[in-house]
Amino acid sequence: MPTMNVIQAVNDALRTEMRRDANVVVLGEDVGRFGGVFRATQGLHDEFGADRVIDTPLAEGGIIGTAVGMALYGLRPVPEIQFADFIFPAMDQLVNEVAKYRYRSGGQYACPMVIRSPYGGGIRGGHYHSQSPEAHFIHTAGLKVVVPSNPYDAKGLLISAIRDPDPVLFFEPKRVYRAAKGEVPEGEYEIPLGQARVTREGSQITVIAWGAMWHEADQAVREAAEAGLDCELLDLRSLQPLDVDAIERSVRKTGRAVIVHEAPRTCGFGAELSALIQERCFLSLEAPITRVTGFDTPFPYTLEAEYLPRAPRILRALREVAAF
Amino acid sequence: MRREIHQNLVKRNGHGGQNGHAMPELPPFAQRPAPHRPEKEFPLETVLADDGSADLSRLHLPAERLVSLYRLMVLNRLLDERMIQLQRQGRIGFYIGSIGEEATVLGAAAAMADQDWIFPCYREHGAALLRGLPLQRFLCDLLGNSGDLMLGHQMPCHEAFAAGRFASISSPIATQIPQAVGAGWAARIKGDDMVPLVYFGEGATSANDFHTGLNFAGVRKVPVVFVCRNNGWAISVPRERQTAAVTFAEKALGYGMRGERVDGNDLLAVYEATRLARARAHAGEGPTLIECVTYRMEGHSTSDDPRAYRAPELVEPWRKKDPILRLKAHLAWRGLLSEADDAALREQAQAEILAAMREAEALPPKPPLESLFQGVYAEPLWQQREQLEELRAAVDADPRAARLREEG
Ligand SMILES: Cc1ncc(C[n+]2csc(CCOP(=O)(O)OP(=O)(O)O)c2C)c(N)n1
Repeated sequence: MPTMNVIQAVNDALRTEMRRDANVVVLGEDVGRFGGVFRATQGLHDEFGADRVIDTPLAEGGIIGTAVGMALYGLRPVPEIQFADFIFPAMDQLVNEVAKYRYRSGGQYACPMVIRSPYGGGIRGGHYHSQSPEAHFIHTAGLKVVVPSNPYDAKGLLISAIRDPDPVLFFEPKRVYRAAKGEVPEGEYEIPLGQARVTREGSQITVIAWGAMWHEADQAVREAAEAGLDCELLDLRSLQPLDVDAIERSVRKTGRAVIVHEAPRTCGFGAELSALIQERCFLSLEAPITRVTGFDTPFPYTLEAEYLPRAPRILRALREVAAF
Repeated sequence: MRREIHQNLVKRNGHGGQNGHAMPELPPFAQRPAPHRPEKEFPLETVLADDGSADLSRLHLPAERLVSLYRLMVLNRLLDERMIQLQRQGRIGFYIGSIGEEATVLGAAAAMADQDWIFPCYREHGAALLRGLPLQRFLCDLLGNSGDLMLGHQMPCHEAFAAGRFASISSPIATQIPQAVGAGWAARIKGDDMVPLVYFGEGATSANDFHTGLNFAGVRKVPVVFVCRNNGWAISVPRERQTAAVTFAEKALGYGMRGERVDGNDLLAVYEATRLARARAHAGEGPTLIECVTYRMEGHSTSDDPRAYRAPELVEPWRKKDPILRLKAHLAWRGLLSEADDAALREQAQAEILAAMREAEALPPKPPLESLFQGVYAEPLWQQREQLEELRAAVDADPRAARLREEG
């Protein structure tokens, strides 16, 4: 099995789906001959041509708006937004159009598409190249939101997302774009949306993370194990649909939950997870559900290490929750 | 009733009117020529000839000012070159500069009045220096250190300098365009003589905010000067993929404003076009869109390698049109600058950059922890006060919480 990083896995998934289905097209800024600023679409323009790998003018609202028309007319567009931070000019198309097209037409129409975008900090990118905007979209009914943490999941989830009948936002953890490597099968395989993965079994605390922060959580959980604390780690992979059963199962077992995300805390997805756990596992809980997150500030430049919920901060929370 | 009006209009105009406005006599639809020929209607205006000569009657810059602008262009160039080097050495995180575009940046800024606001894109550091941003402060911004005016909040090259009426740089493309229109509008409401200058790349003309900004300004004849730096590229996308229009200047027509197309590597032409645009705006004649035709000589930024999408041959012809060489030839032609003067001025600029860098690097590399929460709101909320305490405790307990990587 070949070893790939996350970008290569994304590239491989796109190529696999474009070979399988002539309706799959890629569009966005710099995605054509250049192959994207992170090289995720490298080689696709050569193989599939300028009609299926489209360099657009610089306008995210235009990218998503035209993708709606393409999807309505039977193509399966995979627009790229160069950085998740630049998705906001397309917000109206996403929130009022993409998300509601099926609903507002009573199911006569649908606009399935996969909006790929690198997200997250830790790359010295300041606040316009670091944000994690997943909560905005989870909060918008009609959109699915997927965040892989490793190459194997990235490929399998992207293939499923492209085949999904609903619009999917696919946020790629750019901090580990090259650092996260692993074996990735050749050819097609799907990882169904809505299935979390237990990446470490444990009995004392359930730790919930996704994307780049899964790696921080994983490190914290390992360090905790050395200190005699036995944690279970869940990689959610898909935030909407959410594998609430996996969360419930784990928290009923451990009685404790720590949620990690790098977006700001207030109204971050951790707030929703915390509410769900409280509603479903109230009688199993032995400590307050705890969030380790980015702070309620824009993403900073110099103090980004301080801002990010890195392993030391997670470990500290694990100790506190265990001692409660 | 409606029908009657329509028929009257048809009679008056010969072929039907547009919303009741009289239209000129035109040949029948099928035989009408293409509406306009942009390369004729928007000729590339140049003042500086190749040999450095110029029609001095078209110059409105005193000799002394011209030499000081030349000095600033050189400083800007040397600064860009040096910072690209420092980025490669890992001493700064990122850099985006204006190599080849100095005449556009500085020519436009120099033509505005002191009280005029500048709404920059992200290559206009020269304009910030012109407005008095100390070099050492700019370098602190690049380092994001304790001397940074932005408190380490912004990426390198995203400076704001209120004392010089230089607005805050944002990465999202084109957002500054309607903002500049708002500022010009506000000045008119308040009765102030203030005309904003707004810069953007040709890629930005595809963005919604470009349309919105120009449309608002056109409708209300807002005093504002739009400077489009057409440097040929938006990262890897060539200008032909941004617009099917022949020029960017002609877009002005659709917004009911005046458009100009100037040689963006000719400081005198950029200056002159901007000066006139400012004068018209001030006189109540509305906004102007100035397309400055120039070229991005380097990669998009230090994160980019243009060899992946741009043949080096494309860049070569532009080396001869280097805006600094062209102004230098002009200064020599007028006897305002000798080779020795030029060498001395370069040496001085290098020394200034080195000294400023030394000073900037001597400052503590990180602003204090509380700066993370400063300026989110005018006063921090309870969440932020709590979170600052949480952060302090975490960093005190384990200093790794303040490092990006374990080894770092
Ligand atoms: C809304 C938005 N989308 C995408 C980007 C990524 N991006 C940064 S610069 C750039 C190209 C800008 O080109 P242009 O406007 O021509 O300015 P130039 O860099 O050539 O000066 C792109 C696509 C961005 N900054 N903002």
